[in-house]
Amino acid sequence: MIRRLRDLLIRYWHVVNRPSRYFSLAFLTVGGFVAGVVFWGAFNTALELTNTEPFCIGCHEMRDNVYQELKTTIHYTNRSGVRAKCPDCHVPHNWTDKIARKMQASKEVWGKIFGTISTREKFEANRLDLAQHEWARLKANDSLECRNCHGFDFMDFTRQSPRATQAHSTFLADRERTCIDCHKGISHRLPAGAPK
Amino acid sequence: MTMSLKLALAILLVAAWPSAAPAATSMPVLYDAMRGSTPLDDEARPPPLGNAENKDVRRNRAFPMQPPTIPHKIDGYQVDKNSNRCMACHSRTRIEETRAIPIPATHYMDRDGTLLGDVSTRRYFCTQCHVTQDEVKPLVENRFQDFDTVRQGEKAKAATTAPAKR
Repeated sequence: MIRRLRDLLIRYWHVVNRPSRYFSLAFLTVGGFVAGVVFWGAFNTALELTNTEPFCIGCHEMRDNVYQELKTTIHYTNRSGVRAKCPDCHVPHNWTDKIARKMQASKEVWGKIFGTISTREKFEANRLDLAQHEWARLKANDSLECRNCHGFDFMDFTRQSPRATQAHSTFLADRERTCIDCHKGISHRLPAGAPK
Repeated sequence: MTMSLKLALAILLVAAWPSAAPAATSMPVLYDAMRGSTPLDDEARPPPLGNAENKDVRRNRAFPMQPPTIPHKIDGYQVDKNSNRCMACHSRTRIEETRAIPIPATHYMDRDGTLLGDVSTRRYFCTQCHVTQDEVKPLVENRFQDFDTVRQGEKAKAATTAPAKR
């Protein structure tokens, strides 16, 4: 019995080791293509699954803290019903950046397992640090996630308040500042010690 | 003359009596400009939310010590233990960049008049005194006249009465 199993494994290994000896080139090409499509599709589907709001608020850390705060802001509810979901702001849309961010996010899995922010108190104690990471990220990429929806070129200054026009036509226009410099705390409450 | 007046009064009293009697037993219907006719122990349906004026044009004060009204929207401004959105622009250290009106020195004083480095806790919650304004019809008539209007009125009165004396 064990001997038969061993023979089977050896035969299988021979085929896998040098498949071109046993299968035609056409079969291997088409088969490889199909397998690639299936693998890629599965990978992307799984990736996109982690890019949905229900996934984000599947954990109480996000659902009870930051999500509740988002609910009170204009990015959640407004006149026209257009809203930003968690990944719209927190995950880059560009593929390479997205993969880089997802690899960083493996640390968040670590945090989840060891309960880094598992209570409200722990969250409050860590939130300045967490917020600073996000501010630094948005500062570094010139508020890319804001700009995915808010295009500077399409801002109508005549429809903005004088204060907004003043800031947007100076600091923002000459790229001295970026969105996050002034608009911190726009979707979540600012923690104590946040820069003004 | 006095007889007919007494008679009229008596007739009025008699005429008013039957209508006055049931009013005394049932609750009189009150009408309030803000609550409508909702009884005090019921919750009135709130009026639709207003849209605060957002013109960034400073308004006059009605009297010297009046807290200035806010000439812009403050929707979603966070003013709590952790952060004060108003101070992001109106604090002493931020006005050069933001061109906002700095809060006055009194707001840095505690109740003993000691000047503090940051806004005093008793002045921290801005909207306790400073409020936005909506462009709406007033619910109740406001007959307030500021000092200057009153003084001008008196001057005008004096001016009209003075030539008569001369």
